[in-house]
Amino acid sequence: MVQDSYIALFTENEALFQQNLPAWRCQMRHQAVTCLQEPTQLTFADAYALDYGLNPARLPFKGDPFSLFMCDIPGITTYNYLVFNDSFYAQPGLPTLPEGVIICSLAEAFQQHASLLQPYLSSCQVANPDVAFNTLLAQDGLFLYVPDGVQLERPIQLVNMMYGKVDMMAVSHNIAIIGQNAKAQVLVCDHAYGSDVNYLSNRLTQVFVGKNAIYEHYKLESSSEKTTNVSTLQITQQEGSQVLTNLITLANGKTHNRVDVNLNGKGAHLSINGLGLGHNTERIENHTFINHNVAGATSNELFKYVLDDQAEGDFYGLIKVLPDAQQTQAFQINRNLCLSKTARMFTRPQLEIYADDVKCNHGSTVGQLDENALFYMRARGINPDEARMLLMFAFVHDVLDNVRIEPLKDRLQLLIERRLRGDKTHCSGCKICR
Amino acid sequence: MLEIVNLHAEVNGKEILRGINLSVKAGEVHAIMGPNGSGKSTLSAVLAGHPAFTVTQGSVTFNGKDLLAMPAEERSRAGLFLSFQYPVEIPGVSMVNFMRAAVNEHRKYKNLEPLTAGEFLKLMRAKKDIVELDNKLANRSVNEGFSGGEKKRNEIFQMAMLEPSLSILDETDSGLDIDALRIVANGVNQLKTPQNASIVITHYQRLLDYIVPDIVHILYKGRIVKTAGRELVAVLEEQGYDWIKQEVGE
Repeated sequence: MVQDSYIALFTENEALFQQNLPAWRCQMRHQAVTCLQEPTQLTFADAYALDYGLNPARLPFKGDPFSLFMCDIPGITTYNYLVFNDSFYAQPGLPTLPEGVIICSLAEAFQQHASLLQPYLSSCQVANPDVAFNTLLAQDGLFLYVPDGVQLERPIQLVNMMYGKVDMMAVSHNIAIIGQNAKAQVLVCDHAYGSDVNYLSNRLTQVFVGKNAIYEHYKLESSSEKTTNVSTLQITQQEGSQVLTNLITLANGKTHNRVDVNLNGKGAHLSINGLGLGHNTERIENHTFINHNVAGATSNELFKYVLDDQAEGDFYGLIKVLPDAQQTQAFQINRNLCLSKTARMFTRPQLEIYADDVKCNHGSTVGQLDENALFYMRARGINPDEARMLLMFAFVHDVLDNVRIEPLKDRLQLLIERRLRGDKTHCSGCKICR
Repeated sequence: MLEIVNLHAEVNGKEILRGINLSVKAGEVHAIMGPNGSGKSTLSAVLAGHPAFTVTQGSVTFNGKDLLAMPAEERSRAGLFLSFQYPVEIPGVSMVNFMRAAVNEHRKYKNLEPLTAGEFLKLMRAKKDIVELDNKLANRSVNEGFSGGEKKRNEIFQMAMLEPSLSILDETDSGLDIDALRIVANGVNQLKTPQNASIVITHYQRLLDYIVPDIVHILYKGRIVKTAGRELVAVLEEQGYDWIKQEVGE
């Protein structure tokens, strides 16, 4: 198995991987080894077979990573952080955070705030090989702590930047703890430098959302065709909490987004959305697992794909309603456009319902642009290309309606329009991409 | 303005139009009537350039140009307008964006600068009054959730925006109550000038009480079998289409 060599790498360098970590976190790495030794497969297992550079000794990057990146979303003001390959950097000169809020490197958090982390992390299972791989090798990432009652007005922007002159792998781990009645918005941007180098990233983000807290998570990928990105987002929601997630894949190579949400409190609400725009031979996977574990929680799911050329889309959505989860309301929709004969979409909407007083539905469609609508627009003098554009934009519009950061929404409209028009230049946030 | 000569057209290998001849001059209003299945809607779809129909024979000249050689969008820009029998709902595309795209394509065709947002909205406000269209409709998606009457008023509103030289109204009266019918007909009449022309396709007389035709044609089995003045409408209303069938030998 491909993971054997990584287990060997970990074993040889265990002292480096485990340095400055509390014993319980070290123990988790061993659990991960056990999990990876099972006869299981990593997602995109073939991609792990390359010889990548890893950095267990934490040799610092010689230079200023922020000189490579400047967000180009006009009008957005964020707390800006970078995970440069696998290491966390805070932008110098950020304004002071509200009292009690912690944003720092995860490596630092394991030294300074271990007691804060332990109760949350010890409740997490090493659930699947992708998560196990991350648990085994991740050494850094972003740690966010928002204490009870604190509402962050500015979004937190985390840019995952792949940068290398040789094939490069990055493993990072983010943790966010959102206290009771607290509020935070996180925007994660996945970027990759250049188009010649193979990148593989395995990113795990765990979010714990407290009672009546509000949390928004946007993930925007604009990477390269040679990027393989495996991202896991795990969210636990307490009573009355409101979570919004939006996973938008504009340009990529092969992407696997997995989202696990546990609705653990009455009145918790989840809105989970996603959009995949596939061109060339891109592959976009979104797998979501929503667990209604208790009564009276609601979830709303909407994923859309527009696939052209030989692109492949894959949607798997499982909503599980446990026996005690009465009065659950769960809705799931996946709609897809295949613009070419060679584009392919795989969709598996699933409901598992063990309670009897619930309101759930799911639906999925795969189709082409509406020929009648196209003709109607042409009959008014509109160019066929422009008509297609308007229809595609209309198709993806309701996903964008779920973006609540206005400057981001405006920017996304532009980026999506450019992408749908077949413009190869995508997000120009990175100076190096310009 | 429009010269149709021996037009034959088929859909899925089935011949629907079997030699249409029709001549429309500026300032004229023509009515094309006929029983269901006679080819009325096919004629309008063929003239508008619907890709599902194949022209197998004949020619159509529109303002001196070969209409059949133009794609649908160019026919529109050249001044042909089809009011759809079943206007299409386009969820997510607002009326404003739809009409702005259309109007600016028409302006580009005439080598005019695109309208600014302000100019465009002003134009829209002026034109919607012609068919008493609600302000709010402009911000809604094209035809989505519109009532039958609103959809047809919206067609005439688009006609007012695009100022075609030839408009084809395909069963514009179907699904309209009497008030909506009057509003729609009133709109069409306001848009009438000595320079433009209309073809009104219907199988009822009632629309023609409001939009008075100069010439009436009866289409039957893919051919125009009778052409007369507006008095023909009253005859049809009284006697139905049976006598036509007998006259053509059935």
